[in-house]
Amino acid sequence: MATQHSRSAARIMMAPAVVLLLGWMLVPLIMTLMFSFKRYLPLRGGDLGWTGFDNYIRFVSSSAFWPAVSTTLIIVGAVLIITIVLGVLLALLLDQPMWGQGVVRILVIAPFFVMPTVSSLVWKNMFMDPTNGLFAHLWRFFGADPVAWLSEASVPSIIMIVSWQWLPFATLILLTAVQSLDSEQLEAAEMDGAPALSKFGYLILPHLSRAITIVVLIQTIFLLSIFAEIFVTTGGAFGSRTLTYLIFQRVLESQNVGLGSAGGVYAIILANIVAIFLMRIVGKNLDA
Amino acid sequence: MGQIQLNQVTKTFGNVNVIPPLDLTIHDGEFTVFVGPSGCGKSTLLRMIAGLEDLTTGSISIDGVDATDTPPAKRGLAMVFQSYALYPHMSVRKNIAFPMRMAKMPEDEQNRRIEAAAKALNLTDYLDRRPGQLSGGQRQRVAIGRAIVREPSAFLFDEPLSNLDAALRVGMRLEITEMHERLKTTMIYVTHDQVEAMTMADKIVVLRAGIIEQVGSPLELYHSPQNEFVASFIGSPKMNLIKGEEAAKHGAATIGIRPEHTGVSMTEGMWKGRVGVSEHLGSDTFIHVHDTGLADMITVRINGDVQVKHGDTIYLNPELDKLHKFGADGKRID
Repeated sequence: MATQHSRSAARIMMAPAVVLLLGWMLVPLIMTLMFSFKRYLPLRGGDLGWTGFDNYIRFVSSSAFWPAVSTTLIIVGAVLIITIVLGVLLALLLDQPMWGQGVVRILVIAPFFVMPTVSSLVWKNMFMDPTNGLFAHLWRFFGADPVAWLSEASVPSIIMIVSWQWLPFATLILLTAVQSLDSEQLEAAEMDGAPALSKFGYLILPHLSRAITIVVLIQTIFLLSIFAEIFVTTGGAFGSRTLTYLIFQRVLESQNVGLGSAGGVYAIILANIVAIFLMRIVGKNLDA
Repeated sequence: MGQIQLNQVTKTFGNVNVIPPLDLTIHDGEFTVFVGPSGCGKSTLLRMIAGLEDLTTGSISIDGVDATDTPPAKRGLAMVFQSYALYPHMSVRKNIAFPMRMAKMPEDEQNRRIEAAAKALNLTDYLDRRPGQLSGGQRQRVAIGRAIVREPSAFLFDEPLSNLDAALRVGMRLEITEMHERLKTTMIYVTHDQVEAMTMADKIVVLRAGIIEQVGSPLELYHSPQNEFVASFIGSPKMNLIKGEEAAKHGAATIGIRPEHTGVSMTEGMWKGRVGVSEHLGSDTFIHVHDTGLADMITVRINGDVQVKHGDTIYLNPELDKLHKFGADGKRID
């Protein structure tokens, strides 16, 4: 039991961290909110005063808004599906006893340590380049016309790059979950005459549900804000503009801080809607 | 039917020989207990019978049919695991139904068997709960239920009671024995607890380092252990083993006398010693006697009402007709 004294001591000692964290989060948030109600053009006259909801209306009525929202959701959804499906399969594979297990596991985790900017540039120049890329050579080897990945299939390309980056994370978490499955349960299922597919469906997948939930939650948070991958590959062109990227363009390319801030507030709202949905679906899983 | 025969079965893990060639026949309807200290290979042996471990050499036949390479599910055996191995996200009903569902049994037959098993095991009220909401004893019953509904030719139990507390263990022991009397199915039961072995078994197989030390009924093992290992392993408290001069007087390398076959006196007797710790159980008292010059310590079991104090001098009178004699090789001399 904490005494009165130790509790107040604890409060005092936590205070610096709490104040710092609050400052870190609240100051930018409040500034964003403030700018979103202002007409603020740094290179064209600076702060031009309050404008009410003008910025909000302009941001939504722009022809780029809805495509950006749908691109964001498509990328997030596709990356989640790819990383979880492949992650489960890879986790099951890596759980099998095999020669060189330790090395293989480290190799699988490696992509996660590569910075997004670097890995996107590597993909762009080494794999997806239409003349010198590895894919172009592969296509030509089979007699097909090389695909100009980033212009002809920009969203799938970005999905591929981002999935490659996040697959190790999903695999890692799912692997630990697979390893925590009681081997006696699998043996019991074996005695009960369950074929491999039933064992997967009735035992392994339900056991993994909690880990999958965590992967979905954490990845969604990070995927909603992917930026570097788009910046260094397509630069937002060819329909690959996400909400985050649109905000960036409004603030830095059009030099319209007010409009961009309004977009930022929309992004917060979108993230919260997604989070509420996820928590609803997923919260039950975490309770059990 | 449920006759299981092991012929020259061996098992090696890497370079370690866990089970040297071993022969054993388990007759139909018998309650056989594998007992031995931890790491003696009893669980491995059970898992080999179940088909969860491959045999290195040798063969297993079930009801006269060679089953060495038969997959576990096709052997007609059901196993109850130490950790119960229930499927945590399924209700009790679904857990029990799982093997029947895998066998694609008709729905109404499944339900009939579930109801029957639940009634026999007092689980009727819990069928819609999940394993996580049950107590240890109830989980164990679900695991047994899942085994019963398959109507196997033999049940295999792998230390099923070791995760339960002492009181529950005694209760479950009775229930399993009762179930065996009712079903008359072959049962193989692995335990390291000699009390479980003695109370439940028709036939006990004592194992040490993968070698069968003795096979026999509980009383056979108690009255005529074939070697020193079995003598000291079966019986609680342990048999006193005495070597040296005293043993030579009886024409043996080692003599053994059980604590309950030694009388005590405060005035005269064959062996003299000093009382150490006495453990009072109410019905009995175990006295640990030191400084007898025979062994480090001799345990005697006497009536619970006898009062002795730490440090008293005490005289022991072993019942000479109940003395066990062992040769230099550890084998029994009759």
